[in-house]
This record gives sequence, C-alpha cells and structure tokens, in this order.
Amino acid sequence: MTREAYVTGVGMSEIGVGLERHPLLLTTDAVKEALANAGLTIEQIDGVATYPGMSHGYPGFSPVGADDLIDTLGIKAKWYCGGGELTSQLGAVVEAALAVKAGLARHIICYRTVYEAAAMKRPDEYPMARSPRASGYNQFFAPYNAVSAVNWVAQYAMRHVHRYGLTREQLAQIALTGRANGCLNPRALVQKPLSMDEYLSARMISEPLCLFDCDRYSDASTVLIVSAGDALGDVTATPIRIASMAGSVNRHSWDQAEWMASYDTGPDLWTHTDYGPKDVDTVQLYDGFSFLTLTWLEALGFCDIGEGGRFIEGGQRIARDGELPLNTFGGQISAGRLHGFGFAHEAVVQLRGDAGERQIANSPKVAVAASGGGPLATALLLAND
Amino acid sequence: MSERTLPRLDPNNRAYWTGGERGELMLHHCGDCDRYIHPPKPVCRYCLSENVAPKAVAKTGVVDTYTVNHQPWKPNMTVPFVLARVVLDEVPGVYLTTNVVGCDPSEVAIGDRVCMIFEQHDDVYLPMAQRVEGAE
Repeated sequence: MTREAYVTGVGMSEIGVGLERHPLLLTTDAVKEALANAGLTIEQIDGVATYPGMSHGYPGFSPVGADDLIDTLGIKAKWYCGGGELTSQLGAVVEAALAVKAGLARHIICYRTVYEAAAMKRPDEYPMARSPRASGYNQFFAPYNAVSAVNWVAQYAMRHVHRYGLTREQLAQIALTGRANGCLNPRALVQKPLSMDEYLSARMISEPLCLFDCDRYSDASTVLIVSAGDALGDVTATPIRIASMAGSVNRHSWDQAEWMASYDTGPDLWTHTDYGPKDVDTVQLYDGFSFLTLTWLEALGFCDIGEGGRFIEGGQRIARDGELPLNTFGGQISAGRLHGFGFAHEAVVQLRGDAGERQIANSPKVAVAASGGGPLATALLLAND
Repeated sequence: MSERTLPRLDPNNRAYWTGGERGELMLHHCGDCDRYIHPPKPVCRYCLSENVAPKAVAKTGVVDTYTVNHQPWKPNMTVPFVLARVVLDEVPGVYLTTNVVGCDPSEVAIGDRVCMIFEQHDDVYLPMAQRVEGAE
C-alpha cells in the first residue's frame, strides 16, 4: 500500500534586499504563515527538510540550518535532513515526500532561507571565507575567472545560439514574462514591467546573457509543508498531491556535462505518472538564469530540443493568459532569488486558486515546479486531484 | 602574487597543473580501458580501475562553446575576456574550461581550432587556448 505525499501548507516571508530582520526570524515568518495556511500547529510538525543545510561557503547562501530551526522552534522531529548534495534545491522536498511516504513522519517543514543580499551589504557581519587557493571543482574555474554560475550557463546558451539559432529576442521572453507577472505579485522584489528595448539595450554580463537574464540576490524564506496521505485529517487547507518527482545528477562538474541534468530529469518525471505534458496547466521553472527556464521547457517535452526559442517567441504562449502560463509569480528574475522553493510555492498557490490578481483562469489542476540547472535538476508534478 | 586564483596542488591534480613546465598537457588516463578521466581522480570513472596515471596528450582541439564575460567580478579584473569549453582532438569525453587568449574577444566562435599553451603563475602552469590562425 503506497502512501501519497501532499503539500498541505505554503508560506513566505517578505522578500527584500539588505533586510535587517534576522534570517531565523524570516524563516519563522514563513513557517508561521505555512502552518496557518495548512491549519496545523508547530506541535504537529515532526520533520524538517532543507537545502543546502547550514552553509558557510558563500555569505548568506544558507544561514539557517535544520539543526538551528528545530532547536529554535522547539520541534520534536522524528526525521530531518539538511544538505546540499541533493538533486538541487527542491531535492529537499523530494526527500521529505519520501519520508512521509515511508511513514517516518506525518508533517514536514521544508524550507529554503536566503540572505545573500544582506550579506553583501554587511560583509563585516557575513565575511567571505577567503582561501588563497582553489580546490575541488572550483580549481578548474577560478583560475580562468569563471567565477559566477552565469559564466557556466552562458556557455550552454551560446551553444543553443549556434546550434539552434536561439535569438536574444526569443530569450528575452523569459525575463519579460517574469517581470510582467511580478507586477501582480505584491511580494515581488521588482514590480515593474520590462520592455523589449530595455532588454536589448541592457549591458552584457556573460554573452549571450545580459543583466536581465540573471536573477537578483534577495533575503527571504520560503516554506512548504509536506504531509502524509494518511495525515490529511489534521489539515484544513486543500492538499496538493505530489503526483510525480524526478531528479538527476551525472557529472557534478559543470563543464564536463554534455547536457544539463534537466534533460534527464524532464523525461523521467513522466514515467511515474499517467499525466503528460498536455495535461499541465502551468509551469513554474527555475530562472536563476533565463536560459535555464528554456532548457526546462525542452527537457519536460513541451517542445523539442532546440525549439525552446521558437516556443517562447513573442511571449503569448507563456503569458499568464496563454496556453502554458510560466512563472506566474514573477520567477526569481522579478520576485527575487528565493532559490528554487518559490516555484513550488507558486504552483501550490495557483492550483488552489489562491493567487488573487495573478490567478490563471479555468481552475488549473496540474502544474510542474522545477529547480536546478547545469549538473543538477529536480522536477515535481503537483496536482489538485 | 598572481592576479588569478590558483589551484591548490595535490597528488591528483599536480601533473595537470604543472605539466606546462615541460610544455606538456597531462590528463589522467586509464591504462586498462584506455579512456581519459577529468577532473583527475585516483580511479577510472568508466571501468573503476586504479591503473590510472597522467599522460601527455595532443594540445590541439576545438572551441566547443564559449562566452565573453563582461562583468568585473573582482576589483582589477580586466574585461571583456573569453571563457571557452575546449574539446581536445585526441581526448573524447573531456572538456577543458579555459580562456581564449591572444585575440580580440569578438573574434572567437564555436568551432575555432585552438592549441593549448601555458601561462605560468608561481608554481602553476595554466593551460590556455590560442586560436590557430588560418584553419577552420
């Protein structure tokens, strides 16, 4: 007898740049909202999952570990995990879903807290760990000044330009769509539309990606509560079923992968469900860099490999009132770099009809949320069924 | 003091980062299945053999893909510059991330023939790509 896993509550803190509020308090804000959203109390939580756990590698990247949250909120956990060696950010939700399916816990708080913008503003408080020499995979990038993930993603994007004729006007639709949607999200960091002219005249960061192809550091916390199918009696909100999950990693070193991991994960997602791409009402796809979103559209089978640019051309298809509404909360490009969890949060909000002004029409039933890029990928199929 | 962040040398990577002292591009090679392993590890990722050792390979290859970086990520960083992923002629399954040097960044294109040269920084010899003129 297989237990199902559901998302029963979602919560989010304010999203800001250089917030003074402590990251533990931002996390607590999101937890409280998610508990109220689900109709649960903190005493009913018996598990915690986060990505990537307490991390000191990059300032503010992950300042709240699971150990800390459990202790701070007085959670009596029967199961928990916090780690970066997962198939990307939403891998923590996959872990939690597996735990409730196995009966190890009933209600698990899954969260991602970011504080990178505050850390950049207050380097004395959040110092960069300096090492005179590079090791691990970074040794193959740092000497060449390939210091940002944008440099790695840009090279895959350039290959798309060369092989398939991807144009800047096509790729722009990811940012334009995100920014248009962000205008209807009261929490979004940027609530201002972006024009094609502004996009095309923006300064280049790493060709072919310009400033608006990149998300923006922010300070925020996002929470999803994952519950076991036999624990739904505790919950007052509409449960959203995790209908399928998939993830992959092959070469963790970014430059050795011929294809991004999403191209393995996308097809896999459909092998665990009777649903297919045609059943999907909205997609919330990682846009830490715009090109990653395009790869997800191809990888998940919404269009053929190499056709992503033409698929999003003009933007009508992926608009909020289009056939496949994309990143309806603004994505990370507009809402802020919530680092993966914002996509699952928005999928749940849309499937419940709770999205207010930005709610898509016709009572959506099925959504994909995906996180990761390069060597890591995670996809969730969420259903209100 | 080099302006670049240099790799920390260890038993696995020393041959790769110092072979340039002799003008040699050294990649980990499996003596059992004849394949190359990069980044260098003490075991073959294809046949799990420990019979792996650095081997000098041909320094020619092709730009598989690239980007021109415009963002100065650190103070004193000279921009723009080219980052490229090079596939070597005789080493299938291995990509090298490197800079393409010795030309204007706007001249670089996917498919360019390159030759790896070495740039010394302290005890490290960084493999760099240089376009091979006239060839396509």
